[in-house]
Formats: sequence, C-alpha cells, structure tokens
Amino acid sequence: MKLGWLKEIIVNNWPMFIRGAGVTLYISIIGTILGSFIGLLVGIVRTIPMPERGIKRIILKIVNGILSAYIEFFRGTPMIVQAMVIYYGSAQAFHLDMNRAVAAIFIVSINTGAYMSEIVRGGIVSIDKGQFEAAAAIGMNHIKTMLHVVLPQVIRNILPATGNEFVINIKDTSVLNVISVSELYFQTKTVAGNNFRYFESFFVACVLYFIMTFTVTRILRAFERKLDGPDNYTMMGNQMQV
Amino acid sequence: MEKVIDIQHLSKSFGAHEVLKDIDFSVDKGEVICIIGSSGSGKSTLLRCINLLEKPSGGKVTYKGKNILDNKHDIYAYRTKLGMVFQQFNLFNNHNVLSNCMVGQLTVLKRSKEEAKAVAMKYLKVVGMEQYVNAKPRQLSGGQKQRVAIARALSMEPDVMLFDEPTSALDPEMVGEVLKVMKELAKSGLTMLVVTHEMGFAKEVSNRVVFMDKGVIAEEGNPEQIFNNPTESRTREFLSRVLNAK
Ligand SMILES: Nc1ncnc2c1ncn2[C@@H]1O[C@H](COP(=O)(O)OP(=O)(O)O)[C@@H](O)[C@H]1O
Ligand SMILES: [Mg+2]
Repeated sequence: MKLGWLKEIIVNNWPMFIRGAGVTLYISIIGTILGSFIGLLVGIVRTIPMPERGIKRIILKIVNGILSAYIEFFRGTPMIVQAMVIYYGSAQAFHLDMNRAVAAIFIVSINTGAYMSEIVRGGIVSIDKGQFEAAAAIGMNHIKTMLHVVLPQVIRNILPATGNEFVINIKDTSVLNVISVSELYFQTKTVAGNNFRYFESFFVACVLYFIMTFTVTRILRAFERKLDGPDNYTMMGNQMQV
Repeated sequence: MEKVIDIQHLSKSFGAHEVLKDIDFSVDKGEVICIIGSSGSGKSTLLRCINLLEKPSGGKVTYKGKNILDNKHDIYAYRTKLGMVFQQFNLFNNHNVLSNCMVGQLTVLKRSKEEAKAVAMKYLKVVGMEQYVNAKPRQLSGGQKQRVAIARALSMEPDVMLFDEPTSALDPEMVGEVLKVMKELAKSGLTMLVVTHEMGFAKEVSNRVVFMDKGVIAEEGNPEQIFNNPTESRTREFLSRVLNAK
C-alpha cells in the first residue's frame, strides 16, 4: 500500500465516502428502528394467549401462521437475494418504480423485523409467569400488561441483541449495492472503478465501517448502563442517615 | 350477613386430573377465612378459580349476586374487586415500590396521578414500607417484597383479599413482619381468604377454618372446633402432622 495513494484517494473522494457512510448509517438506523417495531408487534401478537374456542381462536391461528411464515422466509433466505426479488419483482409485477432508498429501508426493516420477532418473543416468554398473573390479578388485560409491565423489561433485556442487529445492518447494507443504493460499498466501488486502486479505496471503506460499528457499540453500552439506573435507593423521610 | 362470594358445585380439572370436586363454599363480608390442607389438595386452585386465573370446569361462582362465569361478565373490572397476594410476591420488576402500587390504579381504575399516589402512600404506610418508595424490587428482602405486594393489592381498594401462602417463600425471621401486617388487616374488618400453613395465625385471627383434602372441603368450622375438636379423622391426621413437624 502506498500511503501517497491512500492520501490522494481520501483527498479527492472524501465527499463520496462521507455520503456513502451517511447513507449506510441512515438506512441501518431507520431499518433497525422500524425492524424493532415490527419485531415488537409480531412478538406481542405471537404471545397472545390462545382463546379456548371461537372465531377469535381461528383468526389468531391464521395470523400466527402468517407471521411464522414471514419469520421463516426472511430468516431462511439471503438479504441480497431478497433485495433483488423485492426491487425487480415489484417493478415487474406492479410496474412500481420504487425509490431505491425506500426499497433499501423496506428490505432492511422487514429483514430485521424477522430476526427481532424471535428475539422479542424469547424476551417475553422469559419474563416470569408470576408477573403476568399479578398484572392479571389487578385487572390488567394483555395490552396493558404488555405496555406497563412486560415490554419495558423485554426492551431492556433485548437491547444488547438490538444493538447487535444494528451493527449487522451497518455491515449488511453493503449488499444493497446490487440495487444501486448509494451506500458506502457502492460509493467505494465507484471510487475504485475510477482510479483502479481497489485495495486503497476499500481500505478506506473498511476503516469507515469499523468506526461506525465501534462507535455504535459503545454508545449502546453506555445507554444500557444509564437505563439500569443507580444500584442504591434513597430512604424517604430519613434524610439524616448519611 | 352479606354474602360476597358464593360458590356452588365448583369443579376444576387439568386434563383428566380432577383437582377440585363439587366445592360448595361462600364468603361473608368481613370474614377472615383460613384455608389449610396438605400440598396438592387444591387450595391454590380454589383461590385461582375465584379470581379466574383458572377457568372453572363446572359449577357456579357468584360475586355479590352476579354470575362471574357469564361470558358477558367483565372479568377485568371484576378482578379489581379482589386483591391477590402470591407466594412468590410477583412484584413488577420494572417499577419501583411506589409505582408498583400505582400502575394498576392508573391503568385499570383510571385514577389521577395525585389520587393514585396518595392511595399508594396510605397503604405503603399500613404495611410499613413508606420509606422505600424509590426502591426497586431487586433491592428488597423477601418480607419487604411481600409487604409491598400486599400494599399493591390494597391500593386497588378491593372488597376481598386473597392470600396464597404469603409467608411460605420467606426466611423464618421474615414471616413475623408479614403476619403482623395481615393481623392488622384482619382486625380492620377486611374480608380475607388466606391459604396458609401458619396454624398459629389461623387460630388467632380467623373466623372460620376450611380444611381441604384431595380436592374437596373435608371439614370447616370455627378455629376452636377445627383445632381442638375436629370431627374428621383426616383433619386430625393432618393437624397432628403439621403441628408435630413444628
Ligand atoms: N396448571 C396446572 N396444570 C396441571 N395440573 C395442575 C395445575 N395447577 C395445579 N395442578 C395440580 O392440581 C393439584 C392441586 O394443586 P394446588 O391447587 O396448587 O394445590 P395446593 O395449593 O393445595 O398445594 C396438584 O396435584 C397440582 O399438581
Ligand atoms: Mg398452593
């Protein structure tokens, strides 16, 4: 590697690298957030207690079946192939010319959603049954129990897994270059295609990817610690005690 | 006496296993009833059928004259009328002590924040936990957790309190603080249904003792009668077993 080339590539192309990194971060952040919402919704629905009989039971069975199929399908196929199928498929089938960025966010979100659904479901069933019963015993229904008791604990517990998904998304958005989304990998390919310095160009991309994932990991870890709050409590009406 | 809960021919099966068989049982306002019996005799299931944590397989349960097994009956509103205290406390881990006692008032009873806080503080004082409002459940001892769980149930201002072995999961030195609170509540005229192995408590505070055996109410009566003069031989056997074990 010639340091001279590296410097020149950076000096000449930094706006493209920065824009590429920006698009990568943007798609990953929005995709992770939307995906987490999808995961929460799917997770909540999949843990609704099955009614013993009646039309509600049939509807819930059908909905659960569809949701399982969604999860299995998106976890069982590569995102790069999903991108091609969804982008070109929607163009062909519906003559829909999807905006590339929208398509990218859509693909990342539903992909993340499939993984997060299972993580959320695991998080919900890991909350001890006693808390569900205590909530039921004071008159809370499933939604109230979820909102006020279960999900706050689940969200805290799955935060590391969510951060992990975020980091995976930062890396995996690179496959979206197949539908020409101008994220970091795509931009780097363009830069390298112009100067034929593949190694140096991708070395710059490599460093940028690492800076993004490393920073995100640190920020999330600090956030987790903040959420956990202080280890001690203060006694009320007892301020004399130091 | 005003009948609060009336149970007729209640049965409950888990699969082929019949856990409650043809139970007839009623609770008057202001009564303190202790339910005793060996493990597996169906005591918890009886309590849980009353607040519908378990769905009865047969029979009738009426609350203040209303059939609670009717499909049109609002089970969520009904459950606010019954407070439940569990063996394992079951506090909400994401809420601090004060908030554990407020969340049901806010979300189910739709009380204002000010009112909910005032009510919660009132009952936290009753159980002697008002100094710990900021503590999270994981920072409390078992006895403290159970007292908060009692305050949480009381904060809904229910008509009847159900206790399912409230002291069985506690270290021996913490049993006293919880029983003391429950004795105060009993004296205050609260209607209470207590599943317990604390025979001293049952003797001292209850108006009626119910002995369950293998899914049926084998014998019931006032504490003197049950403890000093049981008519059934299985009651005698059970009592001699638990009293000698102490
Ligand atoms: N959810 C359940 N599924 C199957 N069997 C159960 C369930 N709950 C309780 N049982 C059975 O019902 C019987 C009575 O249980 P329980 O009411 O908990 O007794 P107790 O509280 O008197 O110890 C036991 O044999 C127990 O194994
Ligand atoms: Mg029990």
